[in-house]
Parts: sequence; C-alpha cells; structure tokens
Amino acid sequence: MDLDIFLFPFFQKTLFVGFLIGIVAPLIGVFIVLRRLSMIGDALSHVSIAGVALGFIIEVYPLALGIVFALIASFAIEKLRKAYPSYAELSIAIIMSGGIAFASVLFTSGKGFNINVQDYLFGSIVALNTADIWIVFAVTLIVITFVVISYKELFLVTLDEDAASVSGLSTRLYNILITTLTALVISVVIKIVGALLVSALITIPVACSLVVGKSFRHTMWMAIIFSEIAMMGGLIIAGIWNFAPGGTVVLLSIALLMLSFLFSRKKSL
Amino acid sequence: MNELNNNRFDHCHECIISIEDVSFYYENKTPVIQNLNFKIFERDFVGLIGSNGAGKSTLLKMLVGLIKPVSGNIRLFDQPISEFRDWDRIGYVPQKNAMNPFFPATVKEIVLSGLYGKKKMFKRLTKRELEKCDDSLQALGIEKLAHRRIGNLSGGQQQRAFLARALINNPDLLILDEPMVGIDAETQESFFHMIQHMHKQHNITFLMVSHDVDMMYSYLGHEAIHTSGKLKFYVKHSHDLEDCVETDLTHSLKGFIKGEALKI
Ligand SMILES: Nc1ncnc2c1ncn2[C@@H]1O[C@H](COP(=O)(O)OP(=O)(O)OP(=O)(O)O)[C@@H](O)[C@H]1O
Ligand SMILES: [Mg+2]
Ligand SMILES: [Zn+2]
Ligand SMILES: [Zn+2]
Repeated sequence: MDLDIFLFPFFQKTLFVGFLIGIVAPLIGVFIVLRRLSMIGDALSHVSIAGVALGFIIEVYPLALGIVFALIASFAIEKLRKAYPSYAELSIAIIMSGGIAFASVLFTSGKGFNINVQDYLFGSIVALNTADIWIVFAVTLIVITFVVISYKELFLVTLDEDAASVSGLSTRLYNILITTLTALVISVVIKIVGALLVSALITIPVACSLVVGKSFRHTMWMAIIFSEIAMMGGLIIAGIWNFAPGGTVVLLSIALLMLSFLFSRKKSL
Repeated sequence: MNELNNNRFDHCHECIISIEDVSFYYENKTPVIQNLNFKIFERDFVGLIGSNGAGKSTLLKMLVGLIKPVSGNIRLFDQPISEFRDWDRIGYVPQKNAMNPFFPATVKEIVLSGLYGKKKMFKRLTKRELEKCDDSLQALGIEKLAHRRIGNLSGGQQQRAFLARALINNPDLLILDEPMVGIDAETQESFFHMIQHMHKQHNITFLMVSHDVDMMYSYLGHEAIHTSGKLKFYVKHSHDLEDCVETDLTHSLKGFIKGEALKI
C-alpha cells in the first residue's frame, strides 16, 4: 500500500482528468445505450488505438491521430448503417476488427516495438501530459455544452426517431453529432482506461442508472454519480495498490451495477 | 365517386390533406398503394379501414413525411409536403409505439416531448407550455401517472400518454393509427366520445385508422366515400360546429372528460 501517491502531481492530474471523464462518458453514454449503439463504443476505441499507434510511428501527436481515426470510423459506421440497415451490427464488427488488426500490425512493426502497448490496451495513470489534459478539458466542455443546449432535441431523437423527424428534426444530423462526440470522448478516455475497456466506462454506469432512474433527467444524473464513484474509487485503489486503472474502474462499476440490481429488487419486493 | 370526393368542398373549406396520384412500394416492389387520389378537408373526420397489410400505416407514414411516395404528390395545408414546416399543427400517434420499454422517461417527459422540434430548438419551455402539459394529462385522465416511468404502465395507459403528447400542441389535424388498441372497452367508449367532441365542437380534422368497424360505422355511416385497393375511406363532415365555450382544446376536454368519468 502506497498512500504517498496522493502527493505526486501526476496522480493529481490523473484524478482531475478522471473526474472530467467521469462526467462526459456517461453523459454521452446515456444516448449511446438508449439508442442501442453500445457496440459503437467498442468499434471506435479499437480504431482509435490504431491511430494512436500510427501517431507514435510517424511521430505525430498520438491522441490527435487517435481522434481523427475514431472520427473517420464513426462516419464510416453511420454510412454503413444507412446503406445496409440490416447489416448494421456486422459492419460495426468489421470496422472494430479492422481497427484492432491495423493496430496490432503497427504495434509489432519496426518502431512500434517502442510503444508501451499495455498502457494503451489496459490504461495507465502515469501516461498523461499537459496537452492530454487540455484536450480532455476541451472535450468535456464541448460535450456538456452540447447536451445542455440540445437536451430537448436529444431526448426526442433518442425516445422516438419517427416523432423527431415528424417535428422537423434531422435524426441523421443528431446521429452524426452523437457518434462524433462519442468518438471524441472515446479517444480521450483510452489513455486512462485502455482501448479494451473504454466502452464499459460509457455503458456500465448508464446500465446502473437505468435500474434506479426515476425519470430521464434523474437517470442522467445518476449515471454521472455512479460513474464518478467508480472512476474516483477505481483510480485511487489502482494508484495505491498499483493495479491497472481501467480494469479497477470497470470492476468497481460492475460491482455498483450488481448493487443497484439488489437495491431495486428489495424496493420492488 | 372519386371525382365527387375530390370536389366536395373546394369552395368553402381548406384542403388539409391532398393525395394526388400517389403510389408506393417497399424494396420488394410489391405495390402497397397504387394511384391513390383523396382529399381531406377541414372539419372532416376520415376513418380508414382495411385488412391487415392493406397499406393503412404506410399511407399515414407518407402523410407525415416519414416515407416518400414513389410517385405522385402530397400536399398538407395547401403546401407541398417537402415545403411544409408547421408540423406542430399535426398530431400523429403511430401504430403500437415501438418504444424501448426500458426507456427511463416519465409520462410527463414524454408528453412534453410533443412540444419539442425544430421550432423549439434552443428555446426553453415557457410556463404556459408546462401548464399545457398538465392540461393534456388531465384531458386523458392520466395526471396521477405523470411521474411514473412509461415502461411500468399498462399498454392502454401508455397509449393515453402518446395521445396526450399528440394533443399538447392543440393540433388542427390528428392522424391516429389504431389509437384504441389495448384500451379497455369502457375507456374506448369515452375516448371515442372525446374524439367526436373535438371533431364536432373544436374544428379538428381527423384521419383515423381503426379495426373497430362498429364504432366507425356508428359515427361515419356504412358508405365508404372512396375505395382504393384494399383501403376504404369513410367520412363524416361537420359543417356547422356546435358551440363549445372553451377555445383551448385541452381546457375544454378536461370539463368534458370529468362528465364522462374517464377512469384509469
Ligand atoms: N418497412 C417495411 N418494409 C417492407 N415491407 C413493408 C414494411 N412495412 C410494411 N410493409 C408491407 O407493406 C404492406 C402494408 O403494410 P402496412 O403496415 O401499411 O399495413 P396496415 O394496413 O397498416 O396493416 P395492419 O392492419 O396490420 O396495421 C404489408 O404487406 C407489409 O408487409
Ligand atoms: Mg398498420
Ligand atoms: Zn363544411
Ligand atoms: Zn369542447
């Protein structure tokens, strides 16, 4: 056990970034989960990791390239979903394996050997630099602003696409906005939790809140609260005992999910 | 018959829906609707009857712009549908709402969402609009369910929530696709009374699909005014509105429903 960890600036940075991610991941996650797009999170993260790997090799800021890759993938998914509606899941699966395949080739080729692959697959609490923090901060602001400003429209598009288009909203535009923001969020979350577990961070707190939520608004707040408990708790535990942060945070959120099931059982009995 | 219908009131009423030579088929190319011509005028109550798969829901989806006709034109309130923007004048309740039963929204949140749309983008709801929500809930006798999650309600209660949502804008035209499915007989009766009241006293135009032939015949008569494929159109027109003191739809319905004792 190592309580000195709190004194290290790198860990304070990690907690701060974790706090921001703890807000945006479930905020965008609510819409992803309710629109049954959970798979998209996985696909985007697997593609984003290829961008990160490429960034290392050609010496471009990896996070930026990860974001670009995730954005391209999100548009590709949107296009495929539109073109082949009945094969939506298949196309997502193909994009996902394509991404991780590309990443694995890059990671194991020439310069790629220098990358600490494990950090990108499982996350790391020491890997953040100042630029990363600014980017996470910017993404947080963008997502919060978007959700606050478009709350009504997001609600309607998520509840009922037909009703949304009858009232003049472009469901297509909102689909694109939601997946784009998801791509942004996922790319910045990868650093801390790792590509393999990113989508868990976006979906599990939402799953918890769906169990206990009394209304849509309440569900959103509860998702953020669950997410922060798992994130802060997980990072602190991981820091003290030197565990992989991603795994710790996700295990903690699964524990919360079970608790919320138990709690709601009791209530309804 | 066709000509007769289409020229009925050209002189005295606004044409609310004009379907001009419309054909439609899905990807498999089996025609669903073929060369349909039909006009719905202000103060019409149009009942649309036809067997399963006749194309009733398809037609309604076309009229609210969810799908585009393969050929032909649709005009709403005398504007081509592609240029039509006043969607808040139309209340639409689709057939069996294909909503995710775990969606965490409350009845009130769902009813309020009837106000959302392009016109309300970036604007906050006014106090007046929040009151209207309460009125709509009361009109359908579900004010006590306002804060319950929609997924925890019975099918009929959910259906009322969707009707309340369609009413919240005080629409001029209500398009209802089998709105009474899953609602108990007693409530169906008072619901039908409520609809008739809206039609006869509030200048609301209706297009309603129903398999309840008896109820439709009793209000619309046995004579179909127009037939196209398996689709049959029945029309009742109320040229002179009976007096109703209230102008606001939901307000007046409250009083009406109280008398009718719409129970949950
Ligand atoms: N999305 C779709 N893709 C392909 N075919 C469809 C689709 N929706 C409906 N159809 C077909 O079009 C025809 C008309 O369907 P529609 O839903 O309009 O019938 P309906 O008159 O509303 O029937 P019901 O009384 O059962 O509601 C049917 O043969 C149906 O199988
Ligand atoms: Mg139908
Ligand atoms: Zn008349
Ligand atoms: Zn009245």
